[in-house]
Amino acid sequence: MEIDAASVHYRDLNNEINRVIKEGERHIILKNVNGQRYIGAGLQGEDVRIDIYGVPGNDMAVFMDGPTIEVFDNAQDGVGNTMNAGRIYIHGHAGDVCGYGMRGGKLYVRGDVGYRVGIHMKAYMEKVPVLIVGGTAGHFLGEYMSGGIIILLGLERRPGQPLAGDYLGTGMHGGAIFVRGEVDNRRVGKEVGIEKPDDAEYPMLKKELAEFAKVFHLNYDEIISTPFVKLYPKTHRPYGPLYNSRWFWQRGG
Amino acid sequence: MLYKKPQIQYYPYIVQRDDYKCVRCLGCVEQCSYDATFYDEELDVIWNKHEACVGCKRCEAMCPTDAIKIVPNPSRPYEHGSWKWDLVMDAYLQANTGSIIITGIGNDKPYRVYFDHLLIDACQVTNPSIDPLREPMELRTFLGRKGQRIELDETVDGNLALKTRLAPQLQLETPIMFSAMSYGSINLNFQESMARAAVQLGTYWNTGEGGLHKRLYPYAGSGIVQVASGRFGVSRDYLKAAAAVEIKIGQGAKPGIGGHLPGEKVNADIAETRMIPRGSDAISPAPHHDIYSIEDLRQLIYAIKEATRYEKPVFVKIAAVHNIAAIASGVARAGADVIVLDGFRGGTGAAPKVVRDHVGIPVEVAIAVVDKRLRDEGMRNEVSIVATGGIRSSADVIKAIALGADAIYIATAAMLAIGCTLCQTCNTGRCAWGITTNDPRLARRQNPEIATEQLANLVKGWSHEMKEMLGAMGINSIESLKGNRLRLRTIGLSEKESEILGVLPAGM
Repeated sequence: MEIDAASVHYRDLNNEINRVIKEGERHIILKNVNGQRYIGAGLQGEDVRIDIYGVPGNDMAVFMDGPTIEVFDNAQDGVGNTMNAGRIYIHGHAGDVCGYGMRGGKLYVRGDVGYRVGIHMKAYMEKVPVLIVGGTAGHFLGEYMSGGIIILLGLERRPGQPLAGDYLGTGMHGGAIFVRGEVDNRRVGKEVGIEKPDDAEYPMLKKELAEFAKVFHLNYDEIISTPFVKLYPKTHRPYGPLYNSRWFWQRGG
Repeated sequence: MLYKKPQIQYYPYIVQRDDYKCVRCLGCVEQCSYDATFYDEELDVIWNKHEACVGCKRCEAMCPTDAIKIVPNPSRPYEHGSWKWDLVMDAYLQANTGSIIITGIGNDKPYRVYFDHLLIDACQVTNPSIDPLREPMELRTFLGRKGQRIELDETVDGNLALKTRLAPQLQLETPIMFSAMSYGSINLNFQESMARAAVQLGTYWNTGEGGLHKRLYPYAGSGIVQVASGRFGVSRDYLKAAAAVEIKIGQGAKPGIGGHLPGEKVNADIAETRMIPRGSDAISPAPHHDIYSIEDLRQLIYAIKEATRYEKPVFVKIAAVHNIAAIASGVARAGADVIVLDGFRGGTGAAPKVVRDHVGIPVEVAIAVVDKRLRDEGMRNEVSIVATGGIRSSADVIKAIALGADAIYIATAAMLAIGCTLCQTCNTGRCAWGITTNDPRLARRQNPEIATEQLANLVKGWSHEMKEMLGAMGINSIESLKGNRLRLRTIGLSEKESEILGVLPAGM
């Protein structure tokens, strides 16, 4: 079903999306989207699919729990904020704080992303969120990360353009960030270690990248031909030793 | 190895035992969770490691023969007018460890408590007081956006129908709710007891930021769920199950500071509820990184409203700080239905001591200035105010409401109701009273049946007292007291302080 979003307020647009899904519609095509916020907010249903033409506004797919959203243009800030499940494919760039507190599902961005993307990502048992950025990322990528996987590819970079900004993975205490190519040590947060991915991790990496290449019609072989490095948290308790209390001290001496 | 740092010898408490009364039941050994009591079988003597005693009084309370008294250690360094004992001990601790000192409960410094400088009015002769035991008296409170006007439509049969779509409201049978304490910082037995008491009382409880355990979903209809910067356990089901959603920006005990639930406390159940890996630190940063402005706050408020289809009020909890009136005005403009003001005497499961004791302002002042600012700006009806952080009695509730709050939250008082003795070691996770611990052996000490009853009793007692005070003022509905500062007078305050509180001095 096609909905023309031209000059429609976000509240009316989201009401309409919710209404048609309630009535059984499973594939919605939004045309002329121009900055409407909260598209797909809290939406459920694994078989629901939304195609977006135009640029959706902030907090797209916030709290989303199942559906697939494909954006054939750029997206703004807060894509997939606190998302629980589902898939988001963005053919262009995406803004700041995408994937904040994401605890499940997949977020693929073909182009670049802004600041503080993938911060506070979590994981629990089989629920492991995956965020792939095709281009480059701004500062604080994966800050406070406590679970999940971020993959940063840096495709089609301008000469001299850094892969990621500063404070990469700062405060990280779980999960893993895979970077295609080399990471400048001075950009990495102090809680983060750098190593080669395990052999056991390559199948997962390959599977995700194959899917990424398929969605955006990219050359998979070319993506995988460059080696990856893995950023991992040195500890799950980065700030434990910083604190003390009277009882601990008095008891232990 | 007998060596210990010399200053440890100046421990704060002594466990005084009356060996004549002691029957060697070893109850105290079993009860002490702070490694301060042990039994020497060979000598048949119970020993105490006084330096490990935190003064929680659990052993004293449980001793069947009244053989134990926990007393302050009289041997303290010279009591200096400026160097209080507390500061001396902190300096020793930090000189030995180089760390940040963490503590629990609320600010224990003797700052002026404005509630204790406010007096409540009563009727004499000219307008009669009301007897709440025999006349109707209403404590029912509605929280949510009230709006400035309503529009009516005439239906075909000549009746009137409401045209305006009213904003969602919470209906409280008494204006006392249970404040946010997360699963993780407290155990499930206590959280379940609050939930059950809230259902029983017709009021609400708050999950805190640790998610909603699956065992508590049946009580979610009386629950307010929190969305904090760590977004722990926040899912669509969580938002959908609750009666209201609270965005936690700040906490009175630690304004501007985030929270850490240490990894060793994150067991399987807490990991599942918070949706994080087991054993991993649960870090809530100080800011929400998607909120750097009032506009950004509005974005999160409306994201929640969209995700819950505008069916639930959205609370925004902020710590009382210097510019609170302007901040609250911004929060109201951002679209919050309820603003929660948390004063600097509010409790905490763990906070840096220096922040707990020195940052923020009293809630009494915050209520007064926020209520005034919102009235001046003509938007007091657009938002409800909930006050928390230092509410200790029914008199405090009445005073808070007369200063301008709609309702209040209690947390420390709720802990007192189930045995807390304010020993300030919540952060250790060893609470001997089974409140701020997830050790199953200790958590078992709270029986949800009994705890529910104690919590309900406290709120019922306060509610009866509030009705008495309202009756004495000749007011038969709590709604009529809201912001009614003429029913208060200050005592022992400066003119400026009275002016800030918007209350006349006694005698005027």
